[in-house]
Amino acid sequence: MTRRRLPEWFVLLLPAIIVIAAVVLIPLLFSLYSSFTPYKLTRPSTLWKWVGTYNYEKILSDAKFWAAFGRTVLFLTIVLNLELLLGLGIALMMNKVTWGQRTLRTILMFPMMFSPILVGFQFKFIFNDNIGLVNNVLQSMGFDAALPWLVDGKLAMFSIMFAEIWMSTSVFAILILAGLFAMPRDPLEAAKVDGCTPWQSFRHITLPFLMPFIYIAMTIRSLDVARAYDIVQIMTGGGPARRTELLWTLMSRTGYVDARMGLANAMGYVSIILSILFTIYFFRKLSAARAELGMAG
Amino acid sequence: MDRNQSHRNRRRALKALHFTGLFLTMMIICIPGLWIVLNSFRPTVEIMAKPAIWVPSFTLEHYRAMFAGAGEGGVPVFSYFRNSLIVSVTSTLIAILIGMSGGYAFARYRFKGKNGYFVGLMLFRAVPGVALSLPLFIVFAKAGIIDTHLGLILAYVAMNVPFTIWLTDGFFRQIPRELHEAAEIDGCTRWQAFWKVEFPVARSGVASAAIFAFLTSWNEFALASQLTRSVGSKTMPVGLLDFTAEFTINWGGMCALAVLMIVPALILTFIVQKHLIAGLTFGGVKG
Repeated sequence: MTRRRLPEWFVLLLPAIIVIAAVVLIPLLFSLYSSFTPYKLTRPSTLWKWVGTYNYEKILSDAKFWAAFGRTVLFLTIVLNLELLLGLGIALMMNKVTWGQRTLRTILMFPMMFSPILVGFQFKFIFNDNIGLVNNVLQSMGFDAALPWLVDGKLAMFSIMFAEIWMSTSVFAILILAGLFAMPRDPLEAAKVDGCTPWQSFRHITLPFLMPFIYIAMTIRSLDVARAYDIVQIMTGGGPARRTELLWTLMSRTGYVDARMGLANAMGYVSIILSILFTIYFFRKLSAARAELGMAG
Repeated sequence: MDRNQSHRNRRRALKALHFTGLFLTMMIICIPGLWIVLNSFRPTVEIMAKPAIWVPSFTLEHYRAMFAGAGEGGVPVFSYFRNSLIVSVTSTLIAILIGMSGGYAFARYRFKGKNGYFVGLMLFRAVPGVALSLPLFIVFAKAGIIDTHLGLILAYVAMNVPFTIWLTDGFFRQIPRELHEAAEIDGCTRWQAFWKVEFPVARSGVASAAIFAFLTSWNEFALASQLTRSVGSKTMPVGLLDFTAEFTINWGGMCALAVLMIVPALILTFIVQKHLIAGLTFGGVKG
């Protein structure tokens, strides 16, 4: 009798559901609750005081928060687009290589194995204004001044983006390359016979075929866009004077340094929603691209 | 004749451009990593030298200091390495077992709201580590598992399960249903059919999922930096910060630890790199 109650698929899924519920869902519900309280780590009793949407009103009217939010969206837009373009370029170049392709592909995978914290540290070292590789090279070539790569606001943002792009472009390149390998040759040859220019055959044959692969890469990337936190945290810590402050560094500062957990959790929810929107958007694009190519099912 | 010549020139120029572009790309990818390796073997005086010294000398000073333990201003690297290894391997094994059963459920059974479950699971993976670390810190502190291996392992299992499900689902789907149906007709139970027939076929996919899970745990920082406090549980990414003092950074030592961190990841990835790409694309395109 009781054996019929739980279907097999549910039993198989149960461990996954339990773990995620215990480690992600319950803490998230807790943080949702605490975002409606003035909870401070230093004063545990504040957890039981309900203040309604006070925290949300506070962050929504906070210029610093909006600056960090805008910077995060801008950062993600620039970085994701550049990664896609560069990745596409690299994949097209690699596809034309006639020998040594395996070795090149292996090299291409290097950055994927680096810990984001390692990438941050590595570029903090390279962009160091005093002993960094970049400034040393510039000075050896005769430039007199030491460029303040991580001290000047704009240059620091550039350095962080460079690090982020260095780390994640290979995800795009490798997946798009896999798409190019899987592509049938006949349509391209037919297009050539019919007199298409290389650009036309790229635009109307290659690119549509690559779209699902591009969206897979985007989906995978959108799952961990917040890894940029590690990079920013170690390269500049959100400084100088908050000019590289992203949503995530602002949140961890509010939570851990100022110990204002309630407020930090409210920011956390904004960032979670942002991440989830990104992911849903690319998931839908992925399904649409699949359906178009008849790969669904 | 003239047209032929210009055509040939153009092709030559394109070839040169292609080569230069490829060369530059590879340089940009390789130099930062090589620079770290190189500097882990240079004496600190030379790293800090102004004007820069371009001909490197060789020393094992940083490695010696690192492995000497906490005594001589070194960092307890062995403990960090051990912690990283314990946490990553255990969480990967558990995540694979749980994720594989979940992936199998998605690939082989039809049930209501399947897509909903699937997307829902993936969304949990999208929760930023920093945002999750705030409540997790409090909950783990209440449960008394902060600063322990167990806490970190739990967190990483939950982080890796959704992606593992995604990958293994893609692999199990590629295996024709007839395979396990035939096995069942021949008298296997569903369980036996899975382990003796389907699992061996999907093994490479499971391996690639395992590598991804391992790399994620091995490299994770945002959660580890809050959930660990002492030498007994700090992992290497967190240990990297031990080399930063208030105003100075021990660059050479940091480089040495960085090398130690990247070597296991490199070796693992080389072993399964072929499956890695196949895993990602099949999981996504045919999913």
